[in-house]
Amino acid sequence: MPGKPARSEPQASEARRPVLEVRDLVTTFPADGGRAAVVDGVSLQIAAGEVLALVGESGCGKSVTALSILRLVPRPGRVASGSIRLAGRDVLSLGVAEMRAVRGALGAMIFQEPMTSLNPVQTVGEQVVEAIRLHERTSADAARRRTVELFERVGIPDADARFDTYPHQLSGGLKQRVMIAMALSMRPKLLIADEPTTALDVTIQAQILELLREVRDRFATAILLITHDLGVVNELADRIAVMYAGRVAEEGTREEVLAAPRHPYTQGLLASIPSRARPGEPLAEIRGVVPSAGEWPKGCRFATRCSRVLDRCHDVPPEAIALSDTQRAWCHVVAREEGRA
Amino acid sequence: MLGYALRRLGYGGLVILGVLGLLYVLFFLYAEPQDMAKRALGEKAPPEVLERWIHEHGYDRPWSEQLRDHYVRMLTFDFGRSDSDDVEISRRIREGAGPSLSFTVPIFVLGLGLGVVLSLFVAYFRETYIDRAGVVLAVFAMSVSVLLYIIGGQFLIGKLLNWFPISGFDPDPRVLPRFIALPIFIGVLAGVGGDVRFYRTVFVEETSRDYVRTARAKGCGDGRVMARHVLRNSLIPILTRVVTAIPFLFTGSLLIESFFGIPGLGALTVDAIHGNDFSTLRAMVYIGALLFIVFQIVTDFTYTLADPRVRLE
Amino acid sequence: MEGYVVSNAVVVAVVVGGVFAAWAVRRSRFWSESFRELARRRPLALAAIAVYVLLGLADAVSWVGDAEGLEGVAAHQPRTLLDRAFPADFKERSYSAPLADVEFYGAAPLARPGAHWLGTDILGRDVLLLTLKGARVALLIGGLTSLIVIPLALLFGMSAGYFGGRVDDAVFFVISTLASIPHLLLLIALILVLGRGPVQVCIAMGITNWVGFARVVRGETFKLRELDYVQAARALGASEWRIVLRHILPNLMHLVVITFVLLFSGTVLSEAILAFLGIGIDGSWGQMIDQARDELARDPIIAWNLASASAALFGLILSVNLVGDAIRDILDPRTLRENL
Repeated sequence: MPGKPARSEPQASEARRPVLEVRDLVTTFPADGGRAAVVDGVSLQIAAGEVLALVGESGCGKSVTALSILRLVPRPGRVASGSIRLAGRDVLSLGVAEMRAVRGALGAMIFQEPMTSLNPVQTVGEQVVEAIRLHERTSADAARRRTVELFERVGIPDADARFDTYPHQLSGGLKQRVMIAMALSMRPKLLIADEPTTALDVTIQAQILELLREVRDRFATAILLITHDLGVVNELADRIAVMYAGRVAEEGTREEVLAAPRHPYTQGLLASIPSRARPGEPLAEIRGVVPSAGEWPKGCRFATRCSRVLDRCHDVPPEAIALSDTQRAWCHVVAREEGRA
Repeated sequence: MLGYALRRLGYGGLVILGVLGLLYVLFFLYAEPQDMAKRALGEKAPPEVLERWIHEHGYDRPWSEQLRDHYVRMLTFDFGRSDSDDVEISRRIREGAGPSLSFTVPIFVLGLGLGVVLSLFVAYFRETYIDRAGVVLAVFAMSVSVLLYIIGGQFLIGKLLNWFPISGFDPDPRVLPRFIALPIFIGVLAGVGGDVRFYRTVFVEETSRDYVRTARAKGCGDGRVMARHVLRNSLIPILTRVVTAIPFLFTGSLLIESFFGIPGLGALTVDAIHGNDFSTLRAMVYIGALLFIVFQIVTDFTYTLADPRVRLE
Repeated sequence: MEGYVVSNAVVVAVVVGGVFAAWAVRRSRFWSESFRELARRRPLALAAIAVYVLLGLADAVSWVGDAEGLEGVAAHQPRTLLDRAFPADFKERSYSAPLADVEFYGAAPLARPGAHWLGTDILGRDVLLLTLKGARVALLIGGLTSLIVIPLALLFGMSAGYFGGRVDDAVFFVISTLASIPHLLLLIALILVLGRGPVQVCIAMGITNWVGFARVVRGETFKLRELDYVQAARALGASEWRIVLRHILPNLMHLVVITFVLLFSGTVLSEAILAFLGIGIDGSWGQMIDQARDELARDPIIAWNLASASAALFGLILSVNLVGDAIRDILDPRTLRENL
């Protein structure tokens, strides 16, 4: 796929210290008399001004990973182990009040369904004002002015009038812009976007992605983009991490992963994109289905569906194999290819 | 909006006419004037006396005339006189409204407050032991008959502990609280189980919605989420339930007034039942229905205040 | 036909109906899985209900004969299976405390000392037997009323929802009218008019209660009517009634089950209030409670009557409520929360 022209790199010192560092995150949910690890040892990092796309099929644990970062995992799920550092702070050790101060200010999140993600009985302006006044002592007027400015910044026309509208009076695209305005109101260092465009029309999708790109460029916000749509990934991502069954399978820069994937799963995903198929040929697919959380196979989780599976794969979970400064894959086949089996 | 109001009022009026028709059928086609007279005057009353009573009460006219009279009088709130003791019904109603309201209003207000607060508390802790225990307690509480709450309450608090008088009523504001304290306490207690069960379900349902997740993500504490977001979004089902209870403020609680000797509209109704006093019963049922219909329409309008998505047209 | 023969026939019908229902449940995977889940969640409550049902049935089967110790007319009255678990001439003269040897007032010796586990009431009747017999009345109230409510509500609700138009206007008007009258007052009015026998009371309760369920049925039918497979059936030329019976009704059955259970506890509790007002059904726990009211004012207090009937009533209502909640969660959490 064609790449996008590079833009100016952020400050070297900022680029070196990651805004978000997740190590060996394990998040569990109750299942069948015990607990199942829906996120099972995920590590990621994102630098300022960088977009990391977390890609995978439904059920691979990417949304739960995102929720875990801000400790929003719904009961009865919980983060079982691992470490999460956001702008240097250890998120998992924060108290309730400290966590409240972090959410919305240091790290913010926008969600997939703008229809239902906004409070239906409050005006959109009031909701953004609440986001501001939860973290800062400002007067109602000042907060209102800031909100209107934010609306203009995210491209909502007629911002002042729109302040007093209710969510059901706005289109999906406008609602999502409101969500973004709300998330950006306190200039967060990290913005988590969980499938932000999935529920929107294709034309609106492009606009929202453009908006996110601007956020990255103008404010050097780190963005964790959760998506299953490779088109979106191509538009916006700087780096990509591919998740499968609770674990990361491969990660690297956008070029590396999209143009030269090494993990069989990533290769399978890319091969199965319909536009890649030649006319008259059957569509490529990955046979089998994703195992559910309680039934992870021993060893490599993709082993049961992998076309290049080895004996080792069924017994031993693969370790990370570094393929370059930026690309890694968790796969025995890749290890063998690199001479490190 | 005005068009909607007019249409609702119009339909409400039709329903009132239907209710009055039903009342007429129920009471007067099945009740024999002779029996009513005998009940009022005694079995041994001579026939002429009976006839005169029947004539005075108008029960000997052709049914079409009685029907028209029934409608006209009910719609003009001319309730006539009681079948059992000839006292003017309107006067009885006026006298009884005060005592009834003196305890039904506090029960309503306190019950609503307590129910909502307890339910928010339990819903806040959903899926934990507090929630489970709360639900079980609520089901226990609502499985006990009102009769038992009254009898038990009277016995334990009135007799054993002697904190409040078992029954009686005195409208003097200085002693009134002592007499209505126990009825209010029991009334609230009897209702709290069912209320908590219902509100908790509504709140838990709202808590699992997406906008609550957004509120948490922007830094709202759990308490604020419950009180400001969940509660405001739960208003419609709460309002619906609350408004259907309002007519009971006026018709009073038949049981409580009987057991506690409070001379309100409930006691009036109970006396009418025991005395087969159809005229009074007819008036009470009519008022109850009227209030219900009026408050239904009022609720519809409050929905627009509670939820901006509701548009009446 | 003699009253008790009718009662026996009803018991046979109920048992046959129960067997048929059990068979129908086993055949359907949805229903048998739901039942299994229910049994898993609320085994105690279900067991308690089963006990009540057995007691009720035991008190509904009766025949004449074998009346040891009774004479004259009394010897030729039909006695139920439950009655026969106790001696025929079990009456004392008046109050006696549980397990007592002597009467409560005056200490005269009892005919059967120590035999009355829960004592005797003012007429000397054994309280345990009376309490157990109350189960039949409770089941009668809940069962018969539901038998009236459910078909009425289904008929009118489905007609209104499916056919719409004038039919809906008429049904909705009737529903609105009945629903506007305060529940208890309408119930009382109906009983005064219909009479005070057990069947009339149940009919009155049926008429009062069908409206709520009819509204829910109507709403659901509106939604079901728009479903694709219903449209398809119409396009294929199926007759209206066939569609209603084969496509709409089965999708309402879960509501029927839930309503049946919830209605049950409501009606039994309502009857207790009616008993207080003097228009209840003979032999019900509500009546026992009403008759026992003033016994608490005596000195020393007489509590066993009240306690026994209250405990039995509470036990049944609690079990039914617990089961009803679980059923609602299993079968359909959403629709009913908004409506019932």
